Amino acid sequence: MESTLRWIVLIPLIGAALNGFTVRMMPRKLAGIIACSAVGISFLLSVRLFIAMIGMDVADRSLHDLVYTWISFGGIQIDVGFAMDQLGVIMALVVSGVGFLIHVYSIGYMAHDEGSNRFFAYLNLFIFAMMMLVLGENLIMLFVGWEGVGLCSYLLISFWFNDEANAAAGKKAFIVNRVGDFGFLLGLFVIGVNLLPHLNPGEGLFAFSVLQHHAHILAPAATVIGLLLFLGATGKSAQIPLFIWLPDAMAGPTPVSALIHAATMVTAGVYMIARLNFLYVLSDTAMLVIAIVGAATALLAATIALTQNDIKKVLAYSTVSQLGYMILACGVGAFATGVFHLMTHAFFKALLFLGSGSVIHAMSNEQDMRLMGGLRKKLPLTWPTFIIGTVALAGVFPFAGFFSKDEILWKAFSDGNIWLWITGFLAAGLTAFYMMRLVVLTFFGKNRASDEVKSHIHESPLTMTLPLVVLAVLSIVGGWIGIPHFMGGGNHFEMWLEPVFNSSHHGAAHAAAAHADHAAEVAMEWTLASASLAWALIGISLGTFIYMKKIAIANAAKRFAGGSIYKVLLNKYFIDEAYEKAIVNPGYKFSNGFLFKIFDKVIIDGILVNGSAFVVAVTGSLLRLFQNGMVRFYAWGLFAGVAMFIIYLQLAS
Amino acid sequence: MTFVTDSILSWVTFLPLAGALLILLFARKDNIARLIAMGVAVADFILSLHLWFHFDNANAADQFTELVPWLANGKINYSMGLDGVSLLLVLLTTFLGPLVILSTWSAIKHRVAESMAFLLFLQTAMIGTFLARDMLLFYVFWEAMLIPMYFIIGIWGGERRIYAAVKLFIYTMAGSLLMLVAILYMYSQAGTMSLDGFMSLNIPAEQQMWLFLAFTLAFAIKVPLFPFHTWLPDAHVEAPTAGSVILAGILLKMGTYGMLRFSIPLFPSAAIEFGPWFAVLAVIGIIYGALVAMVQKDVKKLVAYSSVSHLGFVVLGLFSLTAAGVAGGIYQMLAHGLSTGALFLLVGVIYERRHTRLISDFGGLAHQMPVYASIFLFVTLASIGLPGLCGFAGEFMVLFGSFSSTLLPHAKLLVILSSTGVILGAIYMLWMYQRVFLGKLANEANQSLKDMSLREIFVLLPILIFIIVLGILPGPFLEKIEPSIDRLLTPVLELRQETPADHHITIPHTNESHDSQTEMEIH
Repeated sequence: MESTLRWIVLIPLIGAALNGFTVRMMPRKLAGIIACSAVGISFLLSVRLFIAMIGMDVADRSLHDLVYTWISFGGIQIDVGFAMDQLGVIMALVVSGVGFLIHVYSIGYMAHDEGSNRFFAYLNLFIFAMMMLVLGENLIMLFVGWEGVGLCSYLLISFWFNDEANAAAGKKAFIVNRVGDFGFLLGLFVIGVNLLPHLNPGEGLFAFSVLQHHAHILAPAATVIGLLLFLGATGKSAQIPLFIWLPDAMAGPTPVSALIHAATMVTAGVYMIARLNFLYVLSDTAMLVIAIVGAATALLAATIALTQNDIKKVLAYSTVSQLGYMILACGVGAFATGVFHLMTHAFFKALLFLGSGSVIHAMSNEQDMRLMGGLRKKLPLTWPTFIIGTVALAGVFPFAGFFSKDEILWKAFSDGNIWLWITGFLAAGLTAFYMMRLVVLTFFGKNRASDEVKSHIHESPLTMTLPLVVLAVLSIVGGWIGIPHFMGGGNHFEMWLEPVFNSSHHGAAHAAAAHADHAAEVAMEWTLASASLAWALIGISLGTFIYMKKIAIANAAKRFAGGSIYKVLLNKYFIDEAYEKAIVNPGYKFSNGFLFKIFDKVIIDGILVNGSAFVVAVTGSLLRLFQNGMVRFYAWGLFAGVAMFIIYLQLAS
Repeated sequence: MTFVTDSILSWVTFLPLAGALLILLFARKDNIARLIAMGVAVADFILSLHLWFHFDNANAADQFTELVPWLANGKINYSMGLDGVSLLLVLLTTFLGPLVILSTWSAIKHRVAESMAFLLFLQTAMIGTFLARDMLLFYVFWEAMLIPMYFIIGIWGGERRIYAAVKLFIYTMAGSLLMLVAILYMYSQAGTMSLDGFMSLNIPAEQQMWLFLAFTLAFAIKVPLFPFHTWLPDAHVEAPTAGSVILAGILLKMGTYGMLRFSIPLFPSAAIEFGPWFAVLAVIGIIYGALVAMVQKDVKKLVAYSSVSHLGFVVLGLFSLTAAGVAGGIYQMLAHGLSTGALFLLVGVIYERRHTRLISDFGGLAHQMPVYASIFLFVTLASIGLPGLCGFAGEFMVLFGSFSSTLLPHAKLLVILSSTGVILGAIYMLWMYQRVFLGKLANEANQSLKDMSLREIFVLLPILIFIIVLGILPGPFLEKIEPSIDRLLTPVLELRQETPADHHITIPHTNESHDSQTEMEIH
């Protein structure tokens, strides 16, 4: 059974190869079916292992599939192998499950695109890399998957490469992620150097089980390792300071935004931290940094989302913000909660992106919400599913997002740092507000598009709406597996993951505290949960009221403080421009103006190389007999010299 | 066949030379010359496979050795041998050989027979350089490489071919002469030209310095190490595609090979003392090469500067003086040979069609040449070290080995700086790719371009396959070089063990775990 693991990973690769090498010949429909089947099989195999795992003793819920040894050199051993535990199986189910739905959706969405076969090949390749990331048994495998999903992201963002802007967005995503990878690699080196002398023969240097076993050895370096790896996570999971690539990534086709840039790939950083929880809990500093970055990102991105006019950009900043919550959860040691939000977010954010895709499809590729409106009646399936996704994201009881987000806020609160909670709480209200703004602008009021566009508005085909319905159901019920104890739920989700995170001292401390003063704590949990819900409802009501009835309030807000605040938010705090001015432009000018044109051409080549050659030439002109300028002459001269030397040796002996 | 297998190294080395003579003397017709050259190159590759399959992995010493007295009563011999390091580099040479010849099919149209002869002659010289175990023999092969290369650039090159060829020639000659002086001095001390004899010389540390510098400078020019690199862009830009592929694929590795084979084991104390300076130059080269590559307007020049950056990793790995770093360096040599060789072949494909290599002349080529664009992207990814392809394992081992080095001062800082190469590599390659292949197909001259022909794909295909093989299966390659690397590093590590304190060489070891570290390296 354990060798099933490799097939979960490899079957999507086979699908990608089938479609990739036959791009021209493969009929479009068949390509879609192949791609969907490949992911579908992966999903079914994951389900099978999940069921098997449920039937096992808790201690045995860890499957291993060693394929071969990648490197074995001087005591460094790195294997190619897969492992699945309680965390891995959830990730595998989310990736292949949501992935499958989005593949099906893509059949409809890409039906008229000439490059749809190429699209499906990339999409399958992505699932392969993502599965490697979540099922790899060591950090190197994780990194291979990590880079692989980055590549697919690059390919898919610049999928419509005819527009240079799309190509630039793909490149930006790759390069910004590479900045993160720089930190990730250094983190790997610090781990390796510290661990290598203590390994027993046959232990893989970066294997998770080995890392966990020897975690105490890494304790002195835990802060450095944790922060370096976290730099990688800020790239992949779009956190401050590297989140700037994700909004641009919306240049890719919408299913890509749903799958890669909302549901799966961008959660890789969260997964990595959760996977290495035993390392992170060894460093309070690293944990604090992570919590602060997460909370700050959640708020910062939510403020930007308030002002964006592109429907996908709003959702993109919302994703950045929600990823901030997950990171915050990890930072306060609530790894299981972070993963819980990862899962519910995968459902409702995929739903929202696919819904926006359906809207864009109906609007003849228009993405500006100022030119939408009134689509409620025209899109009878998209509209209700979209509103379900919205309330789930806003955190309304009993939808999925309520349970996971509320749990994060509670964990942040009980961690003792009130500012983390306040930041997260503020962002939650903004979330509800900007989502209602989006909903009202898109689905209510009059349609503001041109007549030409209006005449084409239509609901999407079944392959697109069916995934919406499934995801809508998941966005409702998905949170119910994690209903907390104080509400009378079993919190099955956290209990399932507990063996993975049981080393977390944070969790243990909280459990102890919970027992000490149970009644007071339950009361506090009820208070906070009610406050969250009320706060979300306020955000929703305000958003609805302002954008439906009193648009003047929004306009007044825009003009507040001379419009400067609005301008800052609309332009995303000018962070892109700052990077451009501080790094990109000076870097290019320095390289081109100084390094290449002056240092390389003039100083080294001009003065040192050709200058000394010139001196030699002038001197040599006195010896014109030998200096005939024919390198052929020198070449044979060289040979003659060697020959004379050889003859000399022969005679001398 | 025993007469072949008994002197297999000579066969592999001189078969191409025999082919060259055959062509020059009897077969000067274009197509016949091509066919003979191709046949000889393929035969040479098949012969060299014998080495791979009969190589004893566990044996650190030279294998398939040949020794024939040559001069000076046995003091100078025709001495050939092959260890794991030589094995991989010889195989890289014989592997690229036929592909290079096939790539000239349509690129070289005049003086075909001579071009074939020079390519084969060059192959003999390169293989000989990797196999010679007598210093005079080595030097003869080493210098012999220059002659065909000079003509390949000088006759079949671009507009400024004479300037580039002369520059290449004089520049590398200047370095080599220093090495020759060092060799002659050591000959006078050892009374033999054999490498083993040189190895058993006990050279005092002060003399080691001069000898080390003479050798390593010659090699540094060949690599080329910053700041000795300016001959390279000129040579590459002017060289025909075949010349560039050989230059990048193999010739540059002569420098790093020489450092590993001679500089480090012959002069261990100097390697410990002065090696770090070369490591620093390597790190500067990694960043400098990448930044200068970024601003190039000519694709070929961009790839040329990227070699400065890539080879910097190799040199850093070598002078980390750790087994992992050295192994990573060798692996990076193979990976660079494949990926950069392929890049030059690909640049040749478009140059043959458009007779320009300026990035600004292109844009949107992926519309018109999808196969070409896909293959180019694949090789680009290999070049920037995407895991799963050939570039990653070597880069990773170089950086990891250097990070763990106790002999390299400020090793961690150097690794941090070099790791920025990971970012810079992506920047210059992907930016170039974007400007050449993506966007609109605006330039009319590009709108009727034909995609790659079957022959062109066929030339690339073996390289593409090995880019994947090296990425996912480093094991069989690393196990061949591990004992040889341990052997080459033994003098350094012995010295390190004997004299940690009283020797005048200061070895920084602030790391607590350095004792176990050393054990690991010896192990």
